[in-house]
Amino acid sequence: MRMRTVEISVGAFVLAGALSLVFLAVKVSGVSLGQSSSSYVLIARFDDVSGLRARSKVSLAGVTIGRVAAIEVDMAYGEAVVRLEIDGEPGQLTLDTGAQILTEGILGARYVNLLPGADEDTLGDGDYIEDTQGALILENLVGDLITRLGAS
Amino acid sequence: MDLLRTLGDRTLERLSGLGRASIMWGHAVWGLPTLRELPLVIRQIYNFGVLSIVIIILSGFSIGAVISLQFYTQLSRFGAEDAVGLGLALVLLRELGPVMTGLLFAGRAGSAVTAEIGLMKTTEQLSSMEMMGVDPLRRIVTPRLWAGVISMPLLAAMFNVVAIYGGLIVAVQWLGGDEGGYWSGMQENVEIWNDLGKGVVKTVIFALLVTWIAVFQGYDTDPTPEGIGLATTRTVVTSSVMILAVDFILTLSMYGEF
Repeated sequence: MRMRTVEISVGAFVLAGALSLVFLAVKVSGVSLGQSSSSYVLIARFDDVSGLRARSKVSLAGVTIGRVAAIEVDMAYGEAVVRLEIDGEPGQLTLDTGAQILTEGILGARYVNLLPGADEDTLGDGDYIEDTQGALILENLVGDLITRLGAS
Repeated sequence: MDLLRTLGDRTLERLSGLGRASIMWGHAVWGLPTLRELPLVIRQIYNFGVLSIVIIILSGFSIGAVISLQFYTQLSRFGAEDAVGLGLALVLLRELGPVMTGLLFAGRAGSAVTAEIGLMKTTEQLSSMEMMGVDPLRRIVTPRLWAGVISMPLLAAMFNVVAIYGGLIVAVQWLGGDEGGYWSGMQENVEIWNDLGKGVVKTVIFALLVTWIAVFQGYDTDPTPEGIGLATTRTVVTSSVMILAVDFILTLSMYGEF
């Protein structure tokens, strides 16, 4: 085969391979190319976040509006500090917005659900969500139930 | 006594084989191709990569479809059909993509390289190259090694993409799953370095392994027709076993601590 045909097909092959890698990164790993869409950060402290992971969904009324950017632990208070990345510009979520950790279905992934408030002021970039409710742990619930049944 | 002697002979033979292979590998890897030798590498990428696309796409599609079918039927018993996409993506990126591509690569490209170099040796092309003052390692081995390392990760990426679409067709088009759940399950949980990156590292290691074995078996073959046949078989068998064994070690060291 002529060298030129070989070169063209190798070029096409390398291009197709590179495109596949990009596809895997963007469509499968969900990495967003370029920060064209703006977002801001809210911080929430939970007493328990077990099951929540970085890149978990943040939803409001069942619609995904952002992702969990990072989860850190505050050793002194024994709390988890969760950074939420919310799409769009700040100035729409009210100051008394609540956050709870819920589970999708029975075996599903954990996500952060935001509960709308009624305050006039709104949360800005880097603000804390005060009203939080951590993940429900089945073992704790069962343990609670047993002590209550024993007491009565 | 005789048994002991054969055993010792065999061991020494294996050892010297490994030694020769390692020396050759060292020479070939250090001999980074210069710009003038680029056409040789391109020609080999054509042989390794472009000619392997059809088999990679066909097997990728069927493997994605089969895994998706199995996952879907089992997961739907728990109502977790949405996890099909995630399960398929993780299995492909971490294990099946690199391993299957490696096995197909060994069968399709590795055997061809061994036969080609074996025939060169049998027809004394290698010795005439040496007589002309051309280093056969640089001319024959280095381009093939680099071509293998370049083409296999690209082939594995194509394999994964086709397999994910094969899985999508079975799970969504055929079995009636939800397309949104298929994609979002992946995007939320697949991590770029931990899943995709480590998979690419695996394919590069497998590529080095397969091309090394293939080139060495060709280089070290008995210059007879049977010798070439034997060497070709040995290439496919050794690379397949090595890929599976090395994959286990790699998986253990990459994902072992959780």
